[in-house]
Parts: sequence; C-alpha cells; structure tokens
Amino acid sequence: MAKKFEKGKMVPVPSHSIIPERDLDKSPILECSHLGIDFGGLRAVDDFNLTIGRTEIAGLIGPNGAGKTTVFNLLTKVYQPTRGTILLDGFDTSGKTTAQINRMGIARTFQNIRLFSNLSVEDNVKVGLHNQEKYSALTGVLRLPKYWRQEKAAHERALELLSIFDMQGLASHKAGSLPYGAQRRLEIVRALATNPSLLLLDEPAAGMNPSETAELMENIVKIRDTFQIAVLLIEHDMNLVMGICEGICVLNFGRVIAKGTSEEIQANPAVIEAYLGKKRGS
Amino acid sequence: MKKQTKPASVKKPDGTLKRYFKNMKTATKVDYATYLGVILAFAVVMACQSAGLLNRQVTGMLVPICCYICMAVSLNLTVGILGELSLGHAGFMSVGAFSGIVASMSLGFTGAGDVVRLVAAIAIGAVVAAIAGVIVGVPVLRLRGDYLAIVTLAFGEIIKELINCLLVGFDENGLHIRFNYDGNSVMGDLGLTENGVEIIKGAQGAAGNEKLSTFVAGFVLVMITLIVVLNLVRSRTGRAVMAIRDNRIAAESVGINVTKYKLTAFVVSAALAGAAGGLYGLNFSSLASTTFDFNASILVLVYVVLGGLGNIWGSIVATVVLYALPEALRGFDDLRMLVYAIVLILVMLATHNERLRALLAKVLPRRKGAAVHG
Repeated sequence: MAKKFEKGKMVPVPSHSIIPERDLDKSPILECSHLGIDFGGLRAVDDFNLTIGRTEIAGLIGPNGAGKTTVFNLLTKVYQPTRGTILLDGFDTSGKTTAQINRMGIARTFQNIRLFSNLSVEDNVKVGLHNQEKYSALTGVLRLPKYWRQEKAAHERALELLSIFDMQGLASHKAGSLPYGAQRRLEIVRALATNPSLLLLDEPAAGMNPSETAELMENIVKIRDTFQIAVLLIEHDMNLVMGICEGICVLNFGRVIAKGTSEEIQANPAVIEAYLGKKRGS
Repeated sequence: MKKQTKPASVKKPDGTLKRYFKNMKTATKVDYATYLGVILAFAVVMACQSAGLLNRQVTGMLVPICCYICMAVSLNLTVGILGELSLGHAGFMSVGAFSGIVASMSLGFTGAGDVVRLVAAIAIGAVVAAIAGVIVGVPVLRLRGDYLAIVTLAFGEIIKELINCLLVGFDENGLHIRFNYDGNSVMGDLGLTENGVEIIKGAQGAAGNEKLSTFVAGFVLVMITLIVVLNLVRSRTGRAVMAIRDNRIAAESVGINVTKYKLTAFVVSAALAGAAGGLYGLNFSSLASTTFDFNASILVLVYVVLGGLGNIWGSIVATVVLYALPEALRGFDDLRMLVYAIVLILVMLATHNERLRALLAKVLPRRKGAAVHG
C-alpha cells in the first residue's frame, strides 16, 4: 500500500477541495463549479463544487439517494447539467456527449454492473481499447497488415491490463459467466483500457467481503500509482473510503454538506447528523 | 488474488501447425469451419451437377438459395450482431434487384459481356441498397427503441409501391425514367427510340430479362458475404457493434460513437442484401416488385431466428433447410404451409430440448466460460 496521506503536510487550497501536496503546482484535472440538475421540480444536485488533483484519490459519500450517482452521470454527460460548468484538464465539457467525454479522459464503472456480457473478457477490454486502435472498418474486413499489427498489440495490451487484477487466465471466458467480484474488477480494467486521466468508480466494493475489499483498496492505490491518474469513488464501505481517499466530499439531498480529509469528515457534526440523525433534545 | 484464476494451461510443442490450431480461438475455428463447410457443399453440388444427379427442380433452387443465404447472413448482422429488429430486409433486396436489372440491361444495350453485366448488377445493387440504408438508417438509428422495426416495415412496403409505379427504359440517349404516379402513363410515354429496351414496366415489373445468374456466381457472393460479415464481426468495428447490442450505456462510456457504428452495421447489412438482390433479379426472366413483400422479409427473419441470432453458420443451415423444405413438401399440396409451420414449431421445440442440447454440446466445440463458477 502506498504511503498514507499525511494531513500535516497538506496546504488547504483551494478552499473547497483537498489536493495532495504533490499536485499543488499543477492545475487540477477536474473542476466542477455550481453544478446542478433538476428533474422536473426536484433539485437532484445543487451547487456542487469539487476540484480533484491530477493524482488524487477522492471519495464521494452520502446516504442513499443523496445524488452521488447523479453526480457521476453529470460528469460523464449521461445527464446534461441544468446549471454550472465542468472543466476537465482546463477544457470546458459543456455540449459534449458521453463518448466524447470518455475520449477527453473520464472513464467510469457502474453501480449495477454493465459489462458486455456476451463478449469474452478479453473482448470487453478490447472494446475499452477501441479508440486506441486506429484502423477502419474496411481495413478490418480486408484484414490488411495494419489490422493484424493493431490486433496483436490490442491483444497484448488487454492481457497486460487484465494482469493488474491477475485475470489474464480468464481472458477467453464469457464476461457474463464471471463471478460477481471478477465482473466488478473487469469493469475497472475496461475503464482503464480507455486510457483515462480520471477514473470514476461507482461502489467498487459493493458485494465484496472484507478481504476482497482490502485487496481492492491496494489495487486502487496501485492503479493510481502506476497510471498516474486521479480516482473519484463512490463507496458505502467507510473502511475503504477512510483508508485510501485523500479528500472526501459528503453529499446529502443533492448538496455538499462537508469536505475534507477523513479525520475532518469523521468529526464533522453535519455528516454525523446526515448519517445518524439529530441527537434527541439538541 | 482470489483462486478463480487458473494458470494458462501449458501446451506441448507438438508440431507448429497443430499448435497453431490449438492456440486458435474457438471463434476463429468456427469461422474457418463455416468457410470450409460452404466450399465443401459447393464442391459436392458441382460434382452432383456434372454427374447429372440433380433434377431441374433442384438446379432451379440453387441460385435463389445462395441469394437467401446472403440475405439471412446480412440480416443476422442487423438482428443478431447489432440487436436491432429489421422487418424490411426484402426492401433492400428489391432495391438491389431492380437497380441491378437496370444496370445489366443498360450495359447489355451497349454490348458488354455477360460476366461484366452480372458483376455490375451485383455491385450497383449493393451501392443503391447501401444508399437506401443510409436514408433509412440516419434518422432512425439515432432513436432508441423499436423504431427501426416500424420504419423498415414501412420502407419495405413503400419500395414495393414505388417500383410498382416506375417506368424505366434505355436507348442511345441514355436512361429514361418516368414515375407513373397517376397510373395513366404507359411505356410509350418514355419516348424510347426504336432500338431502346424497356426495362421496368410499372406493376408488371421487369420482364424479358436475360438470366445471367449462375450457381458459381452465387457461391462467390455467399463467400464474399461471409468474409465481409465474419471479418467485420472480429474487428474493432464488430466489437463496438456487439458492445452497443450488449449495453449501450456502457459502450458510450468507453467512448464508442453509438450512432456511427449502428449505421455502419445497418448499411453493410443493406448493401449485402442489395448484392443478393442483384443476383436474384438476374435469375428470372421476369420479376415483379410484389416478390419482395412483407412476407419475404419475415421469411428471411425466420431463417435468422431459427438459425440462431448472431450465429452465422446457423443462418446458412437454416436457410438451406427451410428454403428446400416447402419444395420437398409439394406432395402435401394444400396442406403444404400448414406442415411447414408444424415443422418450424418442432424445430423450435427440439432445439430447446435439454437432451438434444447436451448431445450437441458434446459434438460441438465447447464454449468456454460455461464451467466457471463463483
């Protein structure tokens, strides 16, 4: 496991986020300001501000229905935001489609697993490599040398990526036949295959036992260290969030109620109230 | 890591060719087996034909079977690989057939050779059908849901009616086209010169065609269709198309342009149907647009569904069997279609049978993944 985030060394700018020390001289990878979306009369997310450093692991937590997944859907433009802006690596993402957002550098996993279940594990990863392969449909049909070269490279790259989770032995299995935990890991590999600069993980530890979760934590840190990317994760497992997230953002009813390091969040009365309710008589 | 991971099994290096075959993916093996099967079937039929074992009824079916194999394989690209229901595939065949006839007759007027005319008919049929595919696909494939089924259904009917009203002729001055929308025009209105040929005569369709299609041409077209579809499926484009079928949202999230790949698959499918139409049109001395009605589209869909969605060799086998079946059932006379329906139901029941499936699983190359448990 990589060195734990040291609170003492942190310089608390910009005020609304936590950026690891090593990222301070660089521009942030993601900047959301005043982001919001309405579904009819319901303000699902309102005035959401978040900045994430280039190699930061950030956590997004909150009670059920707080709007965490909605934030992911806004970042990846599954929903177009009603208000606010999202800057990715300094570029405005307004008007982009989900596919364009991915090409700009955001990859994600899903809370309810969305694999290409009839394709093999390897093909799932190769779909992730889609935009790194550059041959046309005609080249593919005619099987020109370029096809063989790029397919060979994609095959090797896919196995290499699968080896992060030690899954290269499963490459030829059908994705839908994998056990639950492996499906979750495959989703992460597929997202990584798109060569992102920001990885969004929606409840990566859901349905995993404590030892699997511990392994996942190590792997998330390993991924960040090897690929030098930022990670934003939604998770209900507090051990995971408090263990690896350098900055944590707490949502409730679509609004940010707290931001800070794990210690700050744990001590924050608003967070405790959101999760446990008000103390009687106070 | 968990124990689910099996170490890659070590293979003994026993001969390069054997090892090459062992390391081949199951999908690749199935592809090669499909090609091999088609070539073998072609060789057997050719041998029987030269030995005089085939009667006229069977020889007459050879080219249509090749056409319908191309239709079924190309429809499988839309329905099985892309996962969109198309109910107007015969419409593309119709477009290909009539544009092919126009091309071949026009070239015949200029005195081109038979092979050139046949190839031109197939190529132009494919191109025109591809254009029709773009016209239908661009607005519809942007939508989500069953709109493609509705629009292709309408497309098939519209094409049928349009060709019903079409008068086409060719002479020294080039192509003469007249759209007989009020039903009062006759071929004379085209103003052809004495040497001119009448190609499409409205509701009568195309008559007086020269039969240029041959079984060899049919075989070549089947092989081309197979190569296009199978190679497309095993390429980056095919993976993107199948990813869209399996999960559109996830496909978008990994940066796949959904509309582009849906359109690619649909247009390739339409073009191949047009090529099949081009061959089909030149197999008959007369052809009316009513040949390519809704029933024809459903017939091809039946081949695809019974052959298995996404299963290319299944489509081929289903087409051959189900095309030959009604002919073989001629002895039943009026009850023919009833028996046909019963056979279809029996096939469905049989392929759903546990024992039969277990038997097939033993014979066919084992699908990997079935044995993995959590």
